[in-house]
Amino acid sequence: MDDFVSIDNLTPLKEIIAKHKGAPGCAMPILQEAQEVYGYLPIELQKTIAEELGVSLSEIFGIVTFYTQFTLVRKGKYRVGICLGTACYVRGAQNIVDRFCRELNVEVGGTTPDMKFTVDATRCLGACGLAPVMMINEDVYGALTPDMAPDIIAKY
Amino acid sequence: MSNINIKINGQEVSVPAGISILEAAKSINVHIPTLCYLKDVNVIGACRMCLCEVTGQRALVAACVFPCSEGMEIFTNSPKVREARKVTLELILSNHNRECTTCERSGVCELQQTAEDLNVRDIRFPAMQEEKYVIDDVSPSVVRDPSKCILCNRCVSVCKDVQGLGALGATQRGFSKEIAPAFGLPLADSNCINCGQCIINCPVGALKEKDDTEKVWAAIADPNKHVVVHAAPSVRAGLGEAFGLERGSLVSGKLAAALRRLGFDKVFDTNFAADLTIMEEGTELIGRVTEGGKLPMITSCSPGWIKYCEMYYPDLLAHLSSCKSPQEMMGAVLKTHYAESNGIDINDIFVVSVMPCTAKKYEVQRPEMKVKGVQETDVSITVRELARMINEAGIDFNTLPDENFDEYYGDYTGAGTIFGATGGVMEAAARTAVEVITGKEAENIDYEAVRGVEGVKSAAIKAGDLTLNVMVAHGGSNIRTVMDKLRAGELNDYHFIELMACPGGCVNGGGQPIVNAQEKMTHDIRVERAKALYHEDADVLKFRKSHENPSVQKLYKEYLGEPNSHKAHEILHTKYEQKPQIDYKK
Amino acid sequence: MKKTFEELQQIGKNKLDRIGLRIGLEAKTESQKQIMVCGGTGCHSSSSHILIDNLKKELKAKGLENKVDVIQTGCFGLCQKGPIVIIYPEGTFYAHVMPDDFKDIVEQHVMGGKIVDRLVLDEIKDNPNDGLNQLEFYKKQNRNALYNCGLVDPEEIDEYLALDGYKALHKVLTEMSQDDVCNEILNSGLRGRGGAGFPTGRKWMFAKAAQADKKYVLCNADEGDPGAFMDRSVLEGDPHVIIEAMAIAAYAIGADEGYVYVRAEYPIAVKRLVLAIQQAEDYGLLGDNIMGTGFNFKLNVRLGAGAFVCGEETALLNSVEGKRGEPRPRPPFPANAGAFGKPTVLNNVETYANIPKIIREGAEWFAKIGTEDTSGTKVFAVGGKIVNTGLVEVPMGITLREIIFEIGGGIPNNKKFKAAQTGGPSGGCIPEQNLDTPIDFGSLASVGSMMGSGGLIVLDEDNCMVDVARFFMDFIVDESCGKCSPCRIGTKRMLEILEKICDGKGEEGDIEKLEELASAIKSASLCALGQTAANPVLSTIRYFRDEYEAHIKEQRCPAGVCKNLMQYKIDKEKCTGCSLCARKCPVDAIVGEVRSPFEIDQKECIKCGQCELVCKFDAISRA
Repeated sequence: MDDFVSIDNLTPLKEIIAKHKGAPGCAMPILQEAQEVYGYLPIELQKTIAEELGVSLSEIFGIVTFYTQFTLVRKGKYRVGICLGTACYVRGAQNIVDRFCRELNVEVGGTTPDMKFTVDATRCLGACGLAPVMMINEDVYGALTPDMAPDIIAKY
Repeated sequence: MSNINIKINGQEVSVPAGISILEAAKSINVHIPTLCYLKDVNVIGACRMCLCEVTGQRALVAACVFPCSEGMEIFTNSPKVREARKVTLELILSNHNRECTTCERSGVCELQQTAEDLNVRDIRFPAMQEEKYVIDDVSPSVVRDPSKCILCNRCVSVCKDVQGLGALGATQRGFSKEIAPAFGLPLADSNCINCGQCIINCPVGALKEKDDTEKVWAAIADPNKHVVVHAAPSVRAGLGEAFGLERGSLVSGKLAAALRRLGFDKVFDTNFAADLTIMEEGTELIGRVTEGGKLPMITSCSPGWIKYCEMYYPDLLAHLSSCKSPQEMMGAVLKTHYAESNGIDINDIFVVSVMPCTAKKYEVQRPEMKVKGVQETDVSITVRELARMINEAGIDFNTLPDENFDEYYGDYTGAGTIFGATGGVMEAAARTAVEVITGKEAENIDYEAVRGVEGVKSAAIKAGDLTLNVMVAHGGSNIRTVMDKLRAGELNDYHFIELMACPGGCVNGGGQPIVNAQEKMTHDIRVERAKALYHEDADVLKFRKSHENPSVQKLYKEYLGEPNSHKAHEILHTKYEQKPQIDYKK
Repeated sequence: MKKTFEELQQIGKNKLDRIGLRIGLEAKTESQKQIMVCGGTGCHSSSSHILIDNLKKELKAKGLENKVDVIQTGCFGLCQKGPIVIIYPEGTFYAHVMPDDFKDIVEQHVMGGKIVDRLVLDEIKDNPNDGLNQLEFYKKQNRNALYNCGLVDPEEIDEYLALDGYKALHKVLTEMSQDDVCNEILNSGLRGRGGAGFPTGRKWMFAKAAQADKKYVLCNADEGDPGAFMDRSVLEGDPHVIIEAMAIAAYAIGADEGYVYVRAEYPIAVKRLVLAIQQAEDYGLLGDNIMGTGFNFKLNVRLGAGAFVCGEETALLNSVEGKRGEPRPRPPFPANAGAFGKPTVLNNVETYANIPKIIREGAEWFAKIGTEDTSGTKVFAVGGKIVNTGLVEVPMGITLREIIFEIGGGIPNNKKFKAAQTGGPSGGCIPEQNLDTPIDFGSLASVGSMMGSGGLIVLDEDNCMVDVARFFMDFIVDESCGKCSPCRIGTKRMLEILEKICDGKGEEGDIEKLEELASAIKSASLCALGQTAANPVLSTIRYFRDEYEAHIKEQRCPAGVCKNLMQYKIDKEKCTGCSLCARKCPVDAIVGEVRSPFEIDQKECIKCGQCELVCKFDAISRA
């Protein structure tokens, strides 16, 4: 998960752009794939995308900041996403969020100084049957109680 | 298209099929408030001020985007409509920095006017906490104050679609949405060309020019400074509007009188420098055509266009005429010849220009724009700033007598005055070039083909055996069209191209008085203001060709020698370099 | 390799021989058992994929790999009891099956022929076989859109073909005109399952009538309503049904290209959809000259990027075009000017999932199910304070009471039902007195809520309705695109007022202000998100005004949720001084001597509720 390409190396980005360029509405897939490769979308990447697509940087930036999936800053190695969908919320998910933030000493959306964990409150993960749920990268944890936080964190 | 019958507030009316409710209502003088609407440019139905009730529609509809159809019944003034508009407006106001008394747009603010029109006296839903915004005043031209922005998107559409730039864009979403350059960079470090089109299309005071009036007042008050002012061609076509005169009023005489009463030591006219520009640029063109230089040659009067070229077409910079703009030629001549012949120290002379332009503020401080090591123009102010100074000085502009500009550097021809409209530089150049090439007086000097607001115009101009193929474009996206063709090698047959950053040229420059969007629905200010200039050219002025300007002739005789002489090159010409589009490493 | 229709039929028939025993046919091949393991997201997260690996390994070790198939299926719906395993032909229903249970399943069940008792739910202890029909959860259901979910291997096109897959497409391409198809769908009474309930057939007719050189068919799989996950389940469990339906729609309107716009947060759904498209292309069911009929259809996948508003059709169109997902004014409607300015039909996943069967069985069959207002079935994602959380598909006209108390098993922990929230952030809260309302588009709207995409969250006495309204408004403020002023600013002002009330700082007149704002936002907003944004507030004010008033007038949160308005207290009579709460307290706010009553320092307490949860003597309560 942590093997992101350095933004000094624009070759993969140019390949991604070349793959999609010309297809209608290609900005989104390019940004999505770029973020997958680089982990985030700093100005260097967005500028390259804008130039290659012949649009203004503000247009690309406008897209990036519209969608919550995109990030301008590097996130932690493990992304803790705690579902705050309705089903989870009414089953006390806010307490889970509070607890993880306290355990890791970060605000919601923040990353620990060692770049290990980022804690986010997410939209419905669609696993309402297991509410409250959370994901750490691809791992899903269900039927949470706040007390489970330290043990879960300890696994990583 | 065929007509259809609709009913507005019970009144039957026949309108062309498919026009918007807003347009239909306008045609029978029913006023519907708007904020985000900007004819042909920003038609997005976002601000919701123009809500109307249409029989059969579940929700209220936005008049600016809703097309009329046969038999439609529209209510623009029902209780439901009034309440929805009022709440919406109160919400907009709840999130707007309401320092109206100190806002420069007070009195010409569309939001303020709408609040007055809708009789809003109280904001029922105030913000619980004040939002924090940062004002961007880094640019020498444009100040962006997000605390006043109502997110109408007009600047974004103008910048992107009309100017082809997209320096400003929508960022974030929802309540956090902000209109700003990418990554929150200052406009100065973005791809902004300083044209100010965003300012004159902003309904409120969220975008405004950097106010330099205090610098001018200070210079006037300084007994050691000899303060000289000159006003650009299009200023005389726009300034009157700031004092309630009809659009397109020609106010050259009152302009000179007002400047004099403000306390300037000398009141000159940029038109003189426009004539000088024609001498230099025309000669340069003839030289390139006859001796084989880079063609087509492109005009260099518009500082917004120059920056555009430096950022987007650096490979084509050699096409630019080496002439400085009239503003800078004027500054250079005033700080050399005028200063020397009147025994004024170059450091004691203070040159103020009045421009229809915010990019001129950027131009004055460019490192290229120096003569003998000093800045050619000290301060450039817009028409709006001049109007404010006139008001501040207590001058009743409308009752001023018509006066003349001071002689020599205030003398000008019709060719100089039409510089203010798109196609004007081309026409002025043609008048001179044809006569210089043929050595004969031309029969017709009205080049209609290059006049008017068509985005890209071209013409073939006969000069004896020679045919000059010329092209004129105005507004950034038209510039792009032309420059992309040039880059693609499609314009190799052309000799001369006039490019102006602002749509319509300087008469619609970013420094001109602001005309609200509703007025622009029924009036093309580009056309109306240009009319004033063509009127002065055809009906008022004695000379209509730059080379006939006796004072310009005198300047060559006394000081410069020939056009394009070594001396002329030294003070009136320059060259340009590539600039980054986004300068984020600053 | 491209296949002819006859070849596809043969593939399906061959496959049916092997898998037919799942639907009660006799096994005609070596395979005598089918172990179906749920691979939906819920069960997957409980490691059902590891269970599958273990089962396969064990079967191989026992030399049974040809006699017993292990199939990863889509969602069975009863997520609460997952991971779920069903073994055919007997239909044994196992719940909560963990990876380690593989041995018992293979040795005891498959080889020994004995039921593994501990994996059987109490409810069907006496009759663990044919569980799908025995469990109360399934008895009132009518699985129609979800028919294949749990029945087929979603990663295997042949299984879809075996169960009549792509026959409907072949039928429309060879036997029906474009108008026939539109009429059939119109006559079925199918209404869009994504929210507004617009008649699908009419939508298709408009797009068919539009003249253009290019048209598009889009599928909205940007399931954004929190608490709704039926679209996800269909894509995970039966992706081919969507492909087939979109191809049918494309034929009906004259389109040759389509996009599925799916949430990036659904990795399994995306993976299976992409795989299914590839398989369909291989068989010539997508691409040029489909089944030799001359019909062309290309299908693309676009990932959403986290914007709820993109569920709104015009916002989705902008997003597909690679722009900010801000809605556009209508008209023009997508049927005339949609994706890339071309006529476009846009339906959601569940709507499409109904199409092939309507074509195969006829409009009348579908129209007979449901109510006059709304025909057919509807999938609900049932969650919150309910025993059987999961996915249920019921005929329109069923009551909420039946769903919640019969299918859903009622409220856990003997708590009292308070409200059912339907329609997500655009919907409303339905109180006890309206539980017997038969469900369809019209009736839900009449009680101040809406169908929406089918999220159904049950709230009990421990939920504060003001807090729930605040929760949804917070969601909307976060997700408002910001284009139009009433939604952008109005929802923010409403949220501020709601937060104020929850903080105990509410004032007289706040409720009226909320109502005023709500009505203006409703009538003035540009898109459906704004027009419905105030529904949760309006419906909670309508039915639970007393709770709002308690917050405002008495600074009291009756449910004990709003943190500023409640305290945790230790009942000195009940406290035994065990010190467990003090040890659990994350901020050391609980002090006392062991064996004597403890006390909570209210200044330190962060109201996390841990103490209440751990107390074994019921000594800690909220007040």
